[in-house]
Amino acid sequence: MGRRLAGFLHGRPRLQVGSLLAGPAAWLVVGYLGSLAVLLVSAFWTVDPLSGEVVKGFSLENFESLINEPVYRTIIGRTVLIAAAVTVTDALIALPIAFYMAKVASRRGKALLVVGVLLPLWSSYLVKVLSWRTMLSEDGVINWALNPFGLEGPGYGITAVWLVASYLWLPYMILPIYAGLERIPNSLISASEDLGAKPLTTFRRVILPLVFPAVVAGSIFTFSLTLGDYIAPRLVSNSQFIGTAIFANITNDLPFAAALALVPIVVMIAYLAVARKLGAFEHI
Amino acid sequence: MRGKDAHSARTAWLVVAGLVAFMLILAGCGGSDDDGGDGGEELQKIGKGEGQVDLISWAGYVEPEWAKPFEQKTGCTVNNKVAGTSDEMVQLMRTGEYDGVSASGNASARLVDGGDVAPVNVDLVPNYETVFDDLKDQPYNTFDGVHYGIPHGRGANLLMWNSDSVEPAPDSWDVMLDPKVASKYKGKISAYDDPIYIADAAVYLMTHQPDLGIENPYELNQEQFDAAVQLLEEQQPNVGEYWSEAAKQISAFANGDSEVGTTWQYQYFALQEEGEPVAASPASQGFLPKEGATGWSDTWMLSNVAKHPNCMYEWMDWIVSPKVNAEVAEFFGEAPAQSLSCDETADKNFCAKYHADNPAFWKRVYYWQTPLADCGNGEEDCKDYNDWVRAWTTIKG
Amino acid sequence: MRLSKRASMGLRAMVGIGLAFIYVPLLVIAIYAFNSSKILKWPPPGLTLDWFAKAWENESVKEAFVTSIEVALVATAIALVLGTLASLAVGRHRFFGRETVSFLVVLPIALPGIVTGVALSNTFTQVLGIGLGLFTVVVAHATFCIVVVYNNVIARLRRTSASFEEASADLGATTWQTFRYVTVPSLRTALAAGGLLAFALSFDEIIVTTFTLGAGEETLPIWIFRNLFRPTQLPVVDVVALVVVLLSIVPVYLAHRLSREEGGVTGGRGGGPVEAEATNVP
Repeated sequence: MGRRLAGFLHGRPRLQVGSLLAGPAAWLVVGYLGSLAVLLVSAFWTVDPLSGEVVKGFSLENFESLINEPVYRTIIGRTVLIAAAVTVTDALIALPIAFYMAKVASRRGKALLVVGVLLPLWSSYLVKVLSWRTMLSEDGVINWALNPFGLEGPGYGITAVWLVASYLWLPYMILPIYAGLERIPNSLISASEDLGAKPLTTFRRVILPLVFPAVVAGSIFTFSLTLGDYIAPRLVSNSQFIGTAIFANITNDLPFAAALALVPIVVMIAYLAVARKLGAFEHI
Repeated sequence: MRGKDAHSARTAWLVVAGLVAFMLILAGCGGSDDDGGDGGEELQKIGKGEGQVDLISWAGYVEPEWAKPFEQKTGCTVNNKVAGTSDEMVQLMRTGEYDGVSASGNASARLVDGGDVAPVNVDLVPNYETVFDDLKDQPYNTFDGVHYGIPHGRGANLLMWNSDSVEPAPDSWDVMLDPKVASKYKGKISAYDDPIYIADAAVYLMTHQPDLGIENPYELNQEQFDAAVQLLEEQQPNVGEYWSEAAKQISAFANGDSEVGTTWQYQYFALQEEGEPVAASPASQGFLPKEGATGWSDTWMLSNVAKHPNCMYEWMDWIVSPKVNAEVAEFFGEAPAQSLSCDETADKNFCAKYHADNPAFWKRVYYWQTPLADCGNGEEDCKDYNDWVRAWTTIKG
Repeated sequence: MRLSKRASMGLRAMVGIGLAFIYVPLLVIAIYAFNSSKILKWPPPGLTLDWFAKAWENESVKEAFVTSIEVALVATAIALVLGTLASLAVGRHRFFGRETVSFLVVLPIALPGIVTGVALSNTFTQVLGIGLGLFTVVVAHATFCIVVVYNNVIARLRRTSASFEEASADLGATTWQTFRYVTVPSLRTALAAGGLLAFALSFDEIIVTTFTLGAGEETLPIWIFRNLFRPTQLPVVDVVALVVVLLSIVPVYLAHRLSREEGGVTGGRGGGPVEAEATNVP
């Protein structure tokens, strides 16, 4: 029976592909994309003010609110700005670490560092945010360390969100960059040095362009994870971000929350398209 | 071969697209299963317990001290989900996964209108008879003459401050809402993170800007509403934290991140127990600052699709029985709903302190209620809850 | 690469600072797990082991832990199957829409968790009319775990040549035999690494879980969130966190070792890229 099925499939590559893809396609396309589509359609619905029931007529009311009320522009702008800041910060921190891991560390050092970088990924996200919340508080570690010098920690607020988000997503940036750097043959670097380039020049003109797609790959996650986060901003700041606004509206105005959700979806799809062009998908 | 590949692959994608479209149609037609309308029928008789009851409640309302004895007596295991805001409660009830909720006035009307709760047959709740009269047949628990719940207790929102850092002891909401005074505590003010807080600003304006003519802080016309919103926008730079989880506020006061704020007795007691230097308007002032305060009068309501209605009725009777309601009231720090509880409280002066039997006192406390466009004076130009929600986002910035 | 002494020192310093940045918050939590006071002042007034005993006795923690493991196991299993199928299709065949599959697989993880959570929850309750529970959580977790498996397997497929499979077929093996004796062994470690990482992802997930879990059950992250601010429970939370981190050293190390194995068939380059890519977590 198995043989006959195999024989049947043999000359029919598209059937092979079809049977391989049927499961994942059903799951992802119908299940996931379908859910997204349903959610986005509901962005065109409205809500009855008293009962909170969803009214399924077609209306652009939600989008009008998003565009006309200035607070949403502020919220979206603020979130995108922080996401970009976090991405840049993480790239800057990740590059030296990844470079050391890939090109300088001994074999054992490399193994230790990889495990060392991966480990925080496994500690609970919530606990990491809680840790920062306590560190940033009035009586917390940061103030305790800085006060003797007459300085004060940032406390809660947008700076705190930037710090915490940079911290949380750093491993997602280090790993692709590390992989990307590993792929650069040492012979290229040696050749550059043999031709007389100083280390910094080699880095700037040989390594950086080659590792750039990996950086973009890492940035996909730092950007998107910051864009949609609502727990960390709630715990270390008072400010509203896209994630917190969506969360706040899910309870009594799901259509409006759906309209809000469209924003990060559109942003991420655009980001992914650009990332693909830059070759990041080979590095995810 | 390539052409045939592309052709059949395209067909495959078309099929898939069709399935997605089918899902969309399903979504458009489905989902209207809670059009209970006037909400089901009343239970006529309490049957055998179903073994468990799933509740949604405010922090401190369902504690092991009285939940465990209930479980032993009725065999109904209590599963409780603590919610921080009325919005959360409404949303959770709408999932249909819970049997009952301790709803405040700004949730009850919405639940009834949404068909999420069922009428309650008060004859099946023997302890209801001796509930304080001014809690019965109220607009927040009785709709069109039909009872929708059993009163739990009532209280006022408290002004709490850190007695070490806030001097002099405040007796007015000035310390939070008057920019001149509030700026002294910039970044240390703790406000409730819910659109209903706009009513607190309205209460403040009733005293400080009487020419606005506000009579009911939940019925605000455009002018009154704008004034309240503006007051809160001026407050925003001074606010350190908008809290919605009681425990989060406790930790903020304990850490010194908040020094003055609006709170419930639950947090106040918890902080006192930890030895934190917190103070609030004393009982002699009725726990109220000069201007009065917003408050709540909570009702246990029964879900329209409750899986364990018998256990829920048992719970409602239990929670309003004299001894239990006394425990509940003393634990949380609110006035009990049950008149007979006043003999059961550990502190013999508890009811007097909390004005449990003093209807006149509660005239200065404006229970949470759902803002509607219908102003109640014949006009329809009051701001409704949607407006409040939208404004709240703008206030927080 | 030859670096001057100064540059080398500078690099080491940067790495040191980076690592400190990564680990200080974890150490803070570890210290709080021994805190004798329930309030989070720093520095803690004293140390005690009491909380470890309390955590051990806590029934809800143990239940949540077991639930998390169950959900993660099932979600990983589903993700392994679907991820492998998808990567076999993309890695070994050419067809219209091939690029789109990669894009699609990444989507559940590239989009914010709250969007995925609300969308799936909405579909479950409104469109399909099924209640939320462990089943819905497993479905949700499997959805975003697929990409982890997919990445690992496809990275391995790209490195292993299809010629071995063709040779096997030429020698008379059926499709199943080729799959069993040639493809799977070369994929084994990639599958293991992908599976371990998918498990990790599911185990720690909070946002999507919040929206897709029913009323009665709890995963460990949900338990932590519920107890995050309760003053009496906070040190127990810290203990739980510390234990989870320590427990996870073994699987992480295992995943790392597994991905370093060649599986017998390589595409030409040395060991480096293999370990990096296979332990790559999206």
